[in-house]
Amino acid sequence: MDKSDISSLTVRDLDLFIEDRQILKNINLVIPNNKITCIVGPSGCGKSTLLKTLNRLIDDTDGVRYSGEILIGGKNILAASGPDLIELRRHIGLVPQRPCPLPMSIYENVAYGCRIHGLCKNKKQMNEVVENYLTEVGLWEEVKDRLNSPAGKLSIGQQQRLCLARSLAVRPEFILADEATSALDPVSSKIIEDLFVKLKEKYTIIMVTHTLRQALRIADHAAFIYFGEIVESGDAVKVFKNPEKDLTRKYLAGVFS
Amino acid sequence: MKTVMYISVFLVLVFVVTIIWTIFSKGLGSISWNMISKVPGPDFNTSDDGGFLNAIVGSLLVVVPATVISLIISIPVVFYITLYRKRTDKLSYIARLAYDVLYGIPSIVYGAFAFTVMVYIGMRASLLGGIVVTTFLMVPMLIRSGDEIAKTIPDEIHEATYSLGATKYETMKVIFRQALPGMATATLLAIGKAIGDAAGVMFTAGFSDAIPKSLSQPTATLPLAIFNWVTMPDPFPDRAYSAALVLTVIVLILSIGGRYISNRFSKNNL
Repeated sequence: MDKSDISSLTVRDLDLFIEDRQILKNINLVIPNNKITCIVGPSGCGKSTLLKTLNRLIDDTDGVRYSGEILIGGKNILAASGPDLIELRRHIGLVPQRPCPLPMSIYENVAYGCRIHGLCKNKKQMNEVVENYLTEVGLWEEVKDRLNSPAGKLSIGQQQRLCLARSLAVRPEFILADEATSALDPVSSKIIEDLFVKLKEKYTIIMVTHTLRQALRIADHAAFIYFGEIVESGDAVKVFKNPEKDLTRKYLAGVFS
Repeated sequence: MKTVMYISVFLVLVFVVTIIWTIFSKGLGSISWNMISKVPGPDFNTSDDGGFLNAIVGSLLVVVPATVISLIISIPVVFYITLYRKRTDKLSYIARLAYDVLYGIPSIVYGAFAFTVMVYIGMRASLLGGIVVTTFLMVPMLIRSGDEIAKTIPDEIHEATYSLGATKYETMKVIFRQALPGMATATLLAIGKAIGDAAGVMFTAGFSDAIPKSLSQPTATLPLAIFNWVTMPDPFPDRAYSAALVLTVIVLILSIGGRYISNRFSKNNL
């Protein structure tokens, strides 16, 4: 599928159960393109589950079942299987909570996605891809002299940027970030935040966070989830500064967290 | 508390040093080139006619194929129960229980069981029998340690590769890379145990003064040779110590070599 096909992400009537417990209730959400959408809510409200459902990593959880639709350019992710699912996943990058470099060199980490999808024709092209994406996440200058050293030797902040570069290298349209800065020190968090703001020109970013300050700083669009239900969603300024619902107001005021 | 730990560590070291020292001092004193380069001659049981090359080669002929076969069997099993089956799954629970039980079965029971089967199908003690029983012995060890190693691999690796659009097979390759050093160590431990095991091969591989020329011929093995020389009415302690030395050196070479290889492979590991 070409890029124009994958233009928007819409969640429709999503219900999700793990064993007999309903984790997500009737989620309806439209994710605007080239914006940062922050999903906020208290711990255990289903934020991460929602994120993992968007690229079907949730399938690995025991006893999970779901209904509804998650549409990307008219294709329903929830109905995809086999090669379709793999292709869809390629379009949705993930930046995990804890950075997880693959057991390979720095170079190979970025090249991995291109290799498995055959995106690069030769070594020269591969070198370009690696340099491009490492530059895009601001890591190139720091690692260009040790591209063949193990990725695990980088600092946590650098590893997180490496993971981002690795996701970007398969040319996704969406980036999912699951509390991508929660394991990082303040300086590294700031770098990642700034990167997201820069990257939204090219990518649609969906971010789960329970740092409200962070959401306030960078979100364009926001969704507030409480006990598996979307309480309020819309423009970030409106949701955070002038919420319609009482529950949102209470959450923002820190009545519960 | 700390004292107890020190004493325990000290005790273990004393065991290791005593064993190694005894084997090396007595073995080095009695070993000769003849012993390790020749098969037994006609007067081997009364004089120094020949050596025990038959047992050295026999041990390797049993253990090397058994290692290869058991790796071929156990690696897919480990991948299947850790990657394809969910953790709470009934089949993987039963499989784990089964391997735990198999792991606990003493090698003499394997030997006796295999012997019964061999008698039933009319097979004689042979190299093949030894390989099969040694494989039985190694498979549960390898699966069990492979399973433990798989547990230490972070879930995030699966998530990372899947989210890049990797297939299950591609994900397996990455996981295999991460598991390789651990698996190498586990394999060495299993080889060490298997090559030193006398009970399993006693019934199944038999004994022979010649190096087997085919799978259906019986073969000598080092542990059994040691057992024989020590329990004879006229024992040959010198030979037993020399054979013990050879056995120990083989295991040491394997361990050091394996460490070296796995360190090279694990350069990039997390």
